Amino acid sequence: MHEVEIKKERFANFLNSLTDSYRLYGPVRQGEFVDFMQIEDGSRIDLSFQNTRLSPKSLFLPQSERMFEYSLDPARDDAHILKEVPRDYSPRAVIGVRPCDAKAFKLLDVNFDTQEYRDPWWVRAREATTLVGLGCTTPCSTCFCTSVGGGPFDEEGLDVLLVDIGEAFLAKVLTEKGENLFEAAKTIEPADEDLVQKALAIEQEAASKIVSRVDTSRLGELDTLALYEADFWEEVHFACINCGVCTYVCPTCWCFDIQDETHGRAGDRIRNWDSCMFPLFTLHASGHNPRGEKLQRVRQRFMHKLKYYVDKYKNGVACVGCGRCVQYCPVNIDIRQVCRLMNAIAPPDRRPMHACNIAWVRSPS
Amino acid sequence: MLKYTSKIRETARRLLTEHRVDAVIGFRKGTVPMICQPVLITTPQEVDTLYWDSFCGVNLANYLPKRQGPIAVVAKGCDARNIVVHMLENQIKRDQLFIIGIPCKGMGDRRKITRALNGQEVLEVTEYADRIVAKGKGFETPFDRADVFQDNCAICIHRNPVIYDELIGEPVPEQDGIDRYADVQKIEAMGADERWKYFQDLVAPCIRCYACRDICPLCYCPTCFVDESRPQWLGKSIDPTDTMTFHLLRAFHCAGRCTDCGACEQACPMGIRVRQFTRKLEKDVLELYAYEAGMTMEARPPLDVYRPDDPGDFI
Repeated sequence: MHEVEIKKERFANFLNSLTDSYRLYGPVRQGEFVDFMQIEDGSRIDLSFQNTRLSPKSLFLPQSERMFEYSLDPARDDAHILKEVPRDYSPRAVIGVRPCDAKAFKLLDVNFDTQEYRDPWWVRAREATTLVGLGCTTPCSTCFCTSVGGGPFDEEGLDVLLVDIGEAFLAKVLTEKGENLFEAAKTIEPADEDLVQKALAIEQEAASKIVSRVDTSRLGELDTLALYEADFWEEVHFACINCGVCTYVCPTCWCFDIQDETHGRAGDRIRNWDSCMFPLFTLHASGHNPRGEKLQRVRQRFMHKLKYYVDKYKNGVACVGCGRCVQYCPVNIDIRQVCRLMNAIAPPDRRPMHACNIAWVRSPS
Repeated sequence: MLKYTSKIRETARRLLTEHRVDAVIGFRKGTVPMICQPVLITTPQEVDTLYWDSFCGVNLANYLPKRQGPIAVVAKGCDARNIVVHMLENQIKRDQLFIIGIPCKGMGDRRKITRALNGQEVLEVTEYADRIVAKGKGFETPFDRADVFQDNCAICIHRNPVIYDELIGEPVPEQDGIDRYADVQKIEAMGADERWKYFQDLVAPCIRCYACRDICPLCYCPTCFVDESRPQWLGKSIDPTDTMTFHLLRAFHCAGRCTDCGACEQACPMGIRVRQFTRKLEKDVLELYAYEAGMTMEARPPLDVYRPDDPGDFI
């Protein structure tokens, strides 16, 4: 690893110097929101945001992705043959990825890139992409990355990490992909020791700014059925309206639904985001729905993230603490509260009758 | 607002202690500023959970359909009108409801406040009679209440509940001299192509999360048309045609039933002004049938009755 200095007044030029070698993506401000999109001109990138409304998940797992196309025209030789839709997997750089979102990509890898199965669309998009992270100097009050194995300057999953030093960025080049990116940019100066020390101080200060904490320590050891049957789900699920906001803004929700759409004799096989909040998600062809009730769906979302995943992958929780679901839930269902309830549950034989009411205490944060 | 909180608690405690109701549906303070959470309490011990401030914009009528047994519900002017709609549509019975009426002074719009602060995070909000003060890191900004109302509250002419068992405070003066449809008229004045483009642009950011549908008290169908799967009625992708079909059909289902409570716009994570659809229909129903949704139990909603003298000019 080595460090490079990029003066802010030259940052747009730095980005533009990449465009010959990379397709460029980054956060762009639109009104009060900032979202990731493809850009032609580096000056459009806005790195002053706290966090983007939607995570960059859609750059790798688009909300709707055409996988195959087919023809139903019997006169054609290739009738009824699925053909992969060509996509651009040339090198691209995604600028301004928060460390929580980068960690989320690693979590999604356990689903899309395994020994047994490699999802080609996911894997190729990941391989083509160089992730340039942006450390968090002003985390949101809803951020709790430090409680779930991350941190405002966590380097996991990133190729480069930018540290905002005020007048300049210190770029930590972390991987070979990161090295290649700086080779493509050419005119970059190595950072001096003074700048490196400044960055270190900023990083250390940032971790202390994450004030929201959640204890996840007992989730792994707790009895699955005791959690499943806990009383508090009754209280947790009441307000939920079963919309897809939490799952769609979540950087770690990976569920999808594959559909064939036919227009005349031409058709597409499309992969769309799906949500465990929707009743249709689990509706069987028989008409039976194993998660027909709202409580079951709400419980599933939290059990998946905070228990089933923990048990299956032994890799912590399936949440990176970005706080988006807390910020955007229309009825203020707060995963931090639910996690506290789950983590605090007593073993089944010693559980008091109204454990839910006792445990639902607002934390000082 | 604090007075409302203590009066709501007082009423809820009495109703639960006297076993007049099995449960009370109200709000509790949110875990983040500028949002409160709908809550259902069933014991007098829980009444201090109940809370009220200017960010109780969720319409609690949404939690009533098909509920059994006697139940109390906290209701603003618009919520009360939606309760009337529910009763007209046989979703809940009058004699099982105890309506705790809120004379509403208008609900604050968290998006509007965030937008005015250029996206800076609000960490604390303090309310005064005519001001809301938002505090965050390095700023403390006062807003006139009227400037940060939800758009629907700014043009509301039915702030006091039309139906209630107990009113939690003195009725508030209704706003008069309001031009409710200035923005709709602007859209009506557009040519067909311009108007179509306007609505295409409006829904372009939609992520099909259905929060606008799910937060709406009117959307209680056991299976929504977007969830029909045998056969499937609507594509699942974010294809603009499917997205527009969803929004248009959703809006038409609300014609003559929508009370303009604004919950849909508050729920939308993408900030889409979905009321632009429903308000046109509200205006049409008012002009064609002289009907406002949820104002009375005495008249059937115009779209569920046929009368020989119904206006037919638009057909």
